[in-house]
Amino acid sequence: MKQYLKNSFDGIWTILVGMKVTFKHLFKPAVTIQYPDVKLPMADRVRNRLYVNMDDCIGCDQCARACPVNCITIDTVKSLPTEDLGKTSNGKKKVLWVTKFDIDIAKCCYCQLCVFPCPTECIYMTDVYEFSEFEREDLNYKFATLTESEIVEKNANFEKMQAEKEAKKAAAAKAKAEELAKKKAEEEAKAKEEPKTDNADNKEQPDKE
Amino acid sequence: MYELLYDIFGSEIIAMIIAACMPLFLFILPFALIAVLLERKVSAHMQDRLGPMRVGYHGILQTIADILKLIQKEDIVADTTDKKLFNMAPVLVFAGSYAVFAAIPFSGAFIGSAADVGIFFIIAVSSIVVAGILMAGWASNNKYSLLGAMRSAAQIISYEIPTALVVLSIVMLTGTLSLNTMSIQQTAYFWNWNLFGGAADGFVQLLLLPFTVVAFVIFYISSLAEVNRTPFDIPEAESELVAGYHTEYSGMKFAMFFLAEYANMFAVSAIAVAIFLGGYQSPLGYLGNTIGVEWLIPYEQLFWFTVKGVGLVLVQIWLRWTLPRLRVDQLMTVCWKYLIPYAFVNLIIIGLISLI
Repeated sequence: MKQYLKNSFDGIWTILVGMKVTFKHLFKPAVTIQYPDVKLPMADRVRNRLYVNMDDCIGCDQCARACPVNCITIDTVKSLPTEDLGKTSNGKKKVLWVTKFDIDIAKCCYCQLCVFPCPTECIYMTDVYEFSEFEREDLNYKFATLTESEIVEKNANFEKMQAEKEAKKAAAAKAKAEELAKKKAEEEAKAKEEPKTDNADNKEQPDKE
Repeated sequence: MYELLYDIFGSEIIAMIIAACMPLFLFILPFALIAVLLERKVSAHMQDRLGPMRVGYHGILQTIADILKLIQKEDIVADTTDKKLFNMAPVLVFAGSYAVFAAIPFSGAFIGSAADVGIFFIIAVSSIVVAGILMAGWASNNKYSLLGAMRSAAQIISYEIPTALVVLSIVMLTGTLSLNTMSIQQTAYFWNWNLFGGAADGFVQLLLLPFTVVAFVIFYISSLAEVNRTPFDIPEAESELVAGYHTEYSGMKFAMFFLAEYANMFAVSAIAVAIFLGGYQSPLGYLGNTIGVEWLIPYEQLFWFTVKGVGLVLVQIWLRWTLPRLRVDQLMTVCWKYLIPYAFVNLIIIGLISLI
């Protein structure tokens, strides 16, 4: 009977204690934040979405080679010697047109290995972490700044230059070959004459001895 | 209210239909709108969150957005359900909880049905809800639903006993079954409430005071169990039974269950108010009497009734976010081993005292 009354009392009393606790919490400020409006500050060295500053990129392909999951694809084409592509912010001369710089962020494992080899520090991790998409293709970010027509033009330029170079080279080779042939012919002609002198020498030598 | 409507329309049927719909549109729907939001906000703040914040200022339009969503939703009826019972159950559950409002006196001018057996009618008619819940659980052809429905039936039927015993003791005290008469008896100031021993003489009232308080606590606990609120929410225990008896319901049928639940919450609070907390009587006297404006009194009464009712609903919400759910055996222990003996002893003592 004593236990029974104690149980009843405990039941009511503990409920009141619990109600006191929840009542106190009613007036505490919320610990949650209103997420899309307010965001928690990120740590300084967070690794989130990759970004490439194309003004500084020299198309050296080192990041693509460093990537363990091959999520970076880079295509470059040589510029004409007459073209001036400017310099990067740390003074490197740009010589390649970057026609394609794709990062498939769906594949990216956020290891930051691509960041370290970059000679111009143009590829880096940002603190952007909200980039969900409806289509997986939309996660393949294209950083190349050239337009389609520009790419075609640069490729054509390069091919033209290459062709010209080839032609020049061929011409040079031809000229060289002709020169060589000429030289050979001359030498041969000389060689025909030489036996005489040789003989003469030979004749003279014994005399000297 | 009915007479007034009869005067306006001159037709008994129209007046009756309008009078019957009044509690629904005046109380239940606005109350459900407010209570759902209230529950979410109160629970959020008790857990140091903010709750809905997007729709309207601090999310005050959230419930309306939810209702619009529910209206648009597809009404799914699974293939293997018992269609007739499945479709009938939500209506029956809602009808059961709505019928309770017929006998509740909201104000001196709006007392619903002034039946002399008001509280008896309420206890009888609210049992229809059990049938509706069992129908829903059985017709869903889903084991979770059936388990929830069986638990609900066991729980509601068990807890009707302490409720009835407590109500009986107050009926013995006041000598009436009509909630309106009970409210009138508790008039004037709050020390005349049945919670504080009723409107008896000084000595008898002091003698009654502890027992009426115990009666109120028992009534409140068992009414919580009757409307399936935490800590007695094992029929719809979402962590065990998905959603209990309304697992298979969607769209507006689900909304019916939901509405019935909130209507029930207010109904039991209203009954507790009418029996123990002075009904629609003001605890501090009427402003209308003080400044001599007679017509203000019914509105004041309506105001006090709503305030008391919503206050008790708030305590229900408060309890819900404080206490964990009881196990089935604990539930039955609380009812049969604690509430019923206490209620019975209480009944005998109050009966003896009221003989004085």
